[in-house]
Amino acid sequence: MTAVRGASDAAGLGRTRAVAFITPGFLLIGAFLVFPALWTLYLGVTDYRLTGIAAADPQVVGLQNYTDAVADPAFRRSLVLTLAFVFGSAIVGQTVMGFLIASSMRSVPTPVKVVVETLVLLAWILPSSVVAFLWVAFLNRGGGTLSAILQSPGTAWLLEYPMASIIVFNTWRGTAFSMLLFSAALSAVPPSQLETARLAGAGAWERFRDVVFPHIRGHVLTNTLLISLWTFNDFSPYLLTAGGPNHATETLPVFIYQRAIYGGELGYGSAISLIMLVINLVIALFYIRLLRERAS
Amino acid sequence: MTTPGAVVRRILFYAFLAVVAAFWALPLLWLVFAPFDANPGLTVKLPDVTLDNFRRLGESPYALSSLRNSVLIAGGTMVLVTGLSALAAYALSRVRLPGRNMLLYGLLLLSSIVTGTAAMVPIFLLMFEVGLIDDRSGVALVLTGGLLPAAIFILKDFMDATPRSYEESARVFGASPFQVLRHVVLPIARPGLATIAVWSLVNAWGDFLTAYILLRDPDKSPAGVVMYTFYTEGGQANLPLISAFSLLYALPVVVLYLFVNRRYGFRFHGGIKS
Amino acid sequence: MAPAQSPRRSARVRRRLAPVVAVLVAGGLAACDSASSSSADPSRNADAKEVSLTVASNAIAGGKNAAEAEWYSSYVIPRFVEAQKAKGVTVTVKFQPSGVDDEQYKAKMALDLKSRSGADVIALDGIWVGEFAEAGYIRPLADVAGSGVTSWDGWSQIPKAVQANASYQDKPYGVPAGTDGRVLYFNKKLFAKAGLPQDWQPSSWQDILDAGARLKGVSGVTPVQINAGTAMGEATTMQGALPLLVGTGAEIYQDEKWQGNTQNVRDVLGFYKELVDKGLMDKNFQLGAKGRDESFAAFAAGKVGILLEGDYFWRSVINPDQGSAPMKSRDADVGYALIPAKSKGAGIRGQDVVSMSGGGGYFLNPNTKYPQQAWELLAFMSSPDAIKAMLGDTAKVTARQDVNTQVLGKDPLLGMISGKVLPLTAYRPGLAVYPQVSQALQQATADIISGKSVDEAAKTYGSAVEKVAGGAEKVASS
Repeated sequence: MTAVRGASDAAGLGRTRAVAFITPGFLLIGAFLVFPALWTLYLGVTDYRLTGIAAADPQVVGLQNYTDAVADPAFRRSLVLTLAFVFGSAIVGQTVMGFLIASSMRSVPTPVKVVVETLVLLAWILPSSVVAFLWVAFLNRGGGTLSAILQSPGTAWLLEYPMASIIVFNTWRGTAFSMLLFSAALSAVPPSQLETARLAGAGAWERFRDVVFPHIRGHVLTNTLLISLWTFNDFSPYLLTAGGPNHATETLPVFIYQRAIYGGELGYGSAISLIMLVINLVIALFYIRLLRERAS
Repeated sequence: MTTPGAVVRRILFYAFLAVVAAFWALPLLWLVFAPFDANPGLTVKLPDVTLDNFRRLGESPYALSSLRNSVLIAGGTMVLVTGLSALAAYALSRVRLPGRNMLLYGLLLLSSIVTGTAAMVPIFLLMFEVGLIDDRSGVALVLTGGLLPAAIFILKDFMDATPRSYEESARVFGASPFQVLRHVVLPIARPGLATIAVWSLVNAWGDFLTAYILLRDPDKSPAGVVMYTFYTEGGQANLPLISAFSLLYALPVVVLYLFVNRRYGFRFHGGIKS
Repeated sequence: MAPAQSPRRSARVRRRLAPVVAVLVAGGLAACDSASSSSADPSRNADAKEVSLTVASNAIAGGKNAAEAEWYSSYVIPRFVEAQKAKGVTVTVKFQPSGVDDEQYKAKMALDLKSRSGADVIALDGIWVGEFAEAGYIRPLADVAGSGVTSWDGWSQIPKAVQANASYQDKPYGVPAGTDGRVLYFNKKLFAKAGLPQDWQPSSWQDILDAGARLKGVSGVTPVQINAGTAMGEATTMQGALPLLVGTGAEIYQDEKWQGNTQNVRDVLGFYKELVDKGLMDKNFQLGAKGRDESFAAFAAGKVGILLEGDYFWRSVINPDQGSAPMKSRDADVGYALIPAKSKGAGIRGQDVVSMSGGGGYFLNPNTKYPQQAWELLAFMSSPDAIKAMLGDTAKVTARQDVNTQVLGKDPLLGMISGKVLPLTAYRPGLAVYPQVSQALQQATADIISGKSVDEAAKTYGSAVEKVAGGAEKVASS
């Protein structure tokens, strides 16, 4: 069951109909995504603010927002924190946990599978504002669940281990997507190949590396790309820590929010958005290249 | 032939599963206890059981209507995203259109801007110019725009992994393209479509900023916005109301997921085997 | 085959044109949305027989500021409609609630005003007046509703200092809605345990430090809570840094200059440092996202000795009846003292005690279709009867002295605030860059909490303010 990549007009749609199919979606995208996004990028070269003189009379300041950002230690710190957040929760956390859970689910009785999968999915489905309360209660230093279980009352998890807390939180939140992916991908690995490998004496790790991984490599990359981008742009740490304590968890989306809503600096915020987009682009290109290597 | 090693491995395996299940279940406990607690705090404790919080919620004029608005806005977004992305993803998957991959990646990257804070003013001014301020359909359109690229990306991946043999055989038997779509493609793609439907609804359901910026009439505000109004003058959370509302806010999407999972299976990735 | 070239070429052309078109339109729209400086006629539609008005405020029934929201629907709207009917005018008045975080409400109002739409009467916080005025979002009352505004009898009841809260460059842009004051709350029970007087009135910062040292001896108690750090936002500035600053004799903006790295600021930071170094404050309150709530809950539970807060704390937080952290024994156990200057006579205007006040007001939307009627509504909302109706049984410091003398008798704290605090309080400058100066100040206190030295924190603060104010000549240093 190898998927045939590349187009093959199996249903006989034809070029015209294909364009007709994509037009409505792309029109909507053009109007409500591309247009405002480009406008936002334009704001990035102005000193636009929501209030004050710069709101009435914004000036084009060229690249100044960008040079300010690069020189701003708060921005650089935010960037480092965001990369750490993506690496820790998306690349390591969600992908590894997703894989472990998916492969474990293949050898447990159905009721167990249903319970575990449902719990993991619930974490992903609940609205962010609700999840924020759940985790504030969980990590609360004055009687939170975690402190109660670990018998360590008074530990202010969010204050003493802020980055670790939000990384664990985001892993909890997002593993479902990876789990689903690996579940589908693993079931697409031909059991005969696994059987052959086992009979040939290959251990679990070798079976994984030589039989399973090649089949799922493409999926791993697509999955990691999507969740990296989503995590990079994820605003929910704000709901737990408001970027604190003292900016220790101020990832880029939180940084922009603080500057744009609290500081009113929309021009600067827009410039940061463009920088984030460029970084996302670099990440995407990196993954695409890895994907191409695999296909060739 | 259970060797001691195998037994130990089994025990460790189940211990691992127990930790995983506990890790995912424990934070959810607050949602189970606090809404029924007469005096809920920001901790999980055995409740002083009461249904009073829900009664007070019923007295608040916007709580229940906001859930209805959420259904309208998120439902509308779901229909638009699922329908438009299905069409686009199928076409992009099956027909060679130039530059499609680059275009998709580009749109995916741009979508991260409009879902962030910085695009707040352009979106507002755009919607103001087209007269869609204080209109729930405006909110749905903006949310759809933001979600479509990822939806198309995922669904296209799904369609790519689905073999063409069925469609090709149907063509051989003389079916028109539309018949092929309706009778062959749709059933196969249903799990993917159902998943994207839930995914887009869940994303729209949790939205705050777009709805807040674009709506004025409180009767049109969805639950995502109203959730933030249960605070006092100086910013203290009204936990009895918030916990009860959280439960009501969370339930519909949970029920929907369980329903879809039961009916179609919930997965983002294609292939005939499930 | 179907025309293979055209989709590709048109797609390419579309892709190249799109950004150009977008920028052109964006530029066009950006030009459109800058507020025009032409003033519209204040007497337009003055004779209309059918009028519709909207009031916007950060209040919502069943949520934030529910009492105010209730007041609109049960008093303001019915009474006003009735009064207008008697004059033969049919008015529909709607209330547009919000009930969210102040900063988010501010953003929404800014967007509405920017697009020249929005409610006719808008509630805004006093410190936003400067930036909204500079952006052209609001205009002086007299420009919007005509000279009739100046002959309103309410002005004589509102003290000049309170009026300044709704003015910019000495012109009123709106009518103040109320004001408040800050004091030092203390727990009398804990004071008894620590051997401190029940009628404590410190006369210097040293007195606070001494009381704190005695409280430290009582186990399980945080001696002092004076807000610091960035997590609490403006609450740090208003209930922390600024009351201390005016206690050193300087306002944050005086003589056309902002306070930069001055001795006054260093004194304030030094006081914070002493509090931290002597273990008199709980750092966790200043760092967490919900730290302020936690400090309130701790005070209500009798675990905090001294807390600097506004009358809001008394009225809405520890109020035994419906407060968010109610304290059944509030009236018996909670004492309050005026905030001392650094030492006798060191405060602004040579005062021994100081305070800070804030408050918001109601403003007219310059793009309203019915300026005269909107002003009538605004005047009605600011009339003594209307204000008393909003207060109901509760007490609050209003903008009007005639109302204050009537309603504040019941509540000793509010009576004290109105009588003793307001005459010697200070207000924040209504200037556009104030919020950013405030953030720099918060950051300076955050630096102290995290262990930096006073000189370091003050230096960082000074350069941040210079950057924000647009140059060193606008900033005082010493």
